[in-house]
Amino acid sequence: MSATTSEIRRVEGRGIPVRGDDIDTDRIIPARFLRCVTFAGIGEHAFADDRQQAGGKHPFDRKEFAGASVLVVNANFGCGSSREHAPQSLVGWGVRAVLGESFAEIFFGNCVALGVPCLTLAADDIERIQDALEADPTARIVVDVDDCSVGVGTRKYRGTLADGVRRALASGVWDSLALLLADPAEVDRVASALPYVGWSAVV
Amino acid sequence: MGKNLLEKVWESHAVRELPTGQTQLFIGLHLIHEVTSPQAFEALRERGLRVRRPDRTFATVDHIVPTHTHARPFEDGLAEQMMSAIERNCREFGVPLFGLGDRRQGVVHVVGPELGLTQPGMTIACGDSHTSTHGAFGAIAFGIGTSQVRDVLATQCLAMDRLRVRRVCVGGALGPGVYAKDVILAIIRRLGVKGGVGFAYEFAGEVIERLAMEERMTICNMSIEGGARVGYINPDETTFEYLRGRPFAPGGAVGSDRDRARWDSAVAWWRTRASDAGARYDDEVTFDGGAIRPHVTWGINPGQSVDVGEALPDAASVAADERASVVEALEFMDFRGGARIAGTRIDVAFIGSCTNGRISDLREAARVARGRRVASHVKALVVPGSQAVRAAAEAEGLDEVFRAAGFDWRGAGCSMCLAMNPDKLVGRQVCASSSNRNFKGRQGSPTGRTLLMSPAMVAAAAVAGEVIDVREFLAEPAAV
Repeated sequence: MSATTSEIRRVEGRGIPVRGDDIDTDRIIPARFLRCVTFAGIGEHAFADDRQQAGGKHPFDRKEFAGASVLVVNANFGCGSSREHAPQSLVGWGVRAVLGESFAEIFFGNCVALGVPCLTLAADDIERIQDALEADPTARIVVDVDDCSVGVGTRKYRGTLADGVRRALASGVWDSLALLLADPAEVDRVASALPYVGWSAVV
Repeated sequence: MGKNLLEKVWESHAVRELPTGQTQLFIGLHLIHEVTSPQAFEALRERGLRVRRPDRTFATVDHIVPTHTHARPFEDGLAEQMMSAIERNCREFGVPLFGLGDRRQGVVHVVGPELGLTQPGMTIACGDSHTSTHGAFGAIAFGIGTSQVRDVLATQCLAMDRLRVRRVCVGGALGPGVYAKDVILAIIRRLGVKGGVGFAYEFAGEVIERLAMEERMTICNMSIEGGARVGYINPDETTFEYLRGRPFAPGGAVGSDRDRARWDSAVAWWRTRASDAGARYDDEVTFDGGAIRPHVTWGINPGQSVDVGEALPDAASVAADERASVVEALEFMDFRGGARIAGTRIDVAFIGSCTNGRISDLREAARVARGRRVASHVKALVVPGSQAVRAAAEAEGLDEVFRAAGFDWRGAGCSMCLAMNPDKLVGRQVCASSSNRNFKGRQGSPTGRTLLMSPAMVAAAAVAGEVIDVREFLAEPAAV
């Protein structure tokens, strides 16, 4: 977790396609790699079991995709466990933005908290981009957070990103801690109006 | 127009609208455990922050805890390091910890409710996706990542987007041998594993109203497997009766007049939290509870299930957009489309988890196991969800029933649900499991295979050595 935040308006780099619907966070980072007290070094374990089973053919092991920063996935990516270790492992590997047909909610929120935009694109467009990357892994991808567009080579695609998230990323307040620390008196006022907060606990 | 429970809870906990358009939401109860909290505490240290409401924060240990022995230090050095970290963090930041030596230790989603910490009308957060469990009490409860754990520790608040509400109504009555687990598997099968994204599920209808609290928890627990981060059930007399006298419930043991007055005023407030009769919903779906049969998953996500008597789908019979998933799942599981799930040979039987590791689950499994023997090729284990569940089961003699049948009787923890501890599948083993996820590799072997089902179905599979309809066993009691 970084202590400072910066504006995320644009991510530019090469892309890496990982195909398949419902890729869960256990697959992104198997539970045995959650045995840690820091996120240091977790990037090398991203997709560990899928990669092992693919025998070197997983995109994360193919040298033509090494150094890519825009991950392109299909539907319901990141479902399952809430482990932030999943986006942390992707970031550790080098991912800076994710394009997909759809994302699981907790995964999406965890990405925002790390300053990683997850843009939703039409299924056909995702497939076109994945095909294009397979055909030419050197293709440049430009993810424009401000106008929710994605440029791949000479083609341009429309994406969507909730307004609030887009604003948070673009204005550098995606790390919500500073916002939440801002008004403690108002927090106390809300808390004291809740009857249960006054019910004393028996420890 | 009336309001639903989510609207009421949201409005009563909203601190302000943030510049991002999200709501700053006060969190009434923050539960933490050893896996998703160490980096969050470290972030507090780096910024010189304290835990804002240690009185509304509770910790326990569950994911990494070995279930065969609690001896320290753990054999696994990494697990020991995590254990030491949460002990130190709780000590330094003043957070109560139900640690290994504490009889209140257990799986976080079993412990919160059984201690009476979980109550109607609250917002509850925990760095674990199965936090939706607590919605069974009419709380709005959801899983969060570690950055958000940090946010709650430091501010007792979260930045959240408002959820829509889908009312999932299950009418009629369940048949014998059909459990809450079958209901939620049937719901996820129809609504899909991503059908609930952006929604809170409000579970309602005659079937849900008749369920005991522990069964309601099973339903809400697996909301997230249907994509819904939040699942809840309106609080009613069943909820209040469950809570009465629990250590952290208002009025505690409800002994004195003062306790009784506290309890009565709490119940009065809780009643106001339930959805109003004229509440508005963003979507409504209905299920016929009488048509639900025992379910078993056959694939690699919890939406891929069939009735125990039903044939598996094949690539040709499913919609084009599902084909790739079905082919991938059948191949991973090494199952044939068109074959029946009943008769599938199993290697391991696991009863436990935050989904189905409570006393009523163990009672149902014991009913099947009593006077029978686990098949000789099956390794079977029962892992109580908490030390309190274990003690209650032992007081009833359930441990003896399980041991006599050939099950291992273990200590409390997450165990083989996610295999962050010594309990793991090996190689291509097939596990009949009362847990919540059948993802590839979930139970510790990258190529291991999981069949999700109710605890009674797991017990039946353990005895038969293969998947079998538990109703065959229930109809015909074993010769004791």
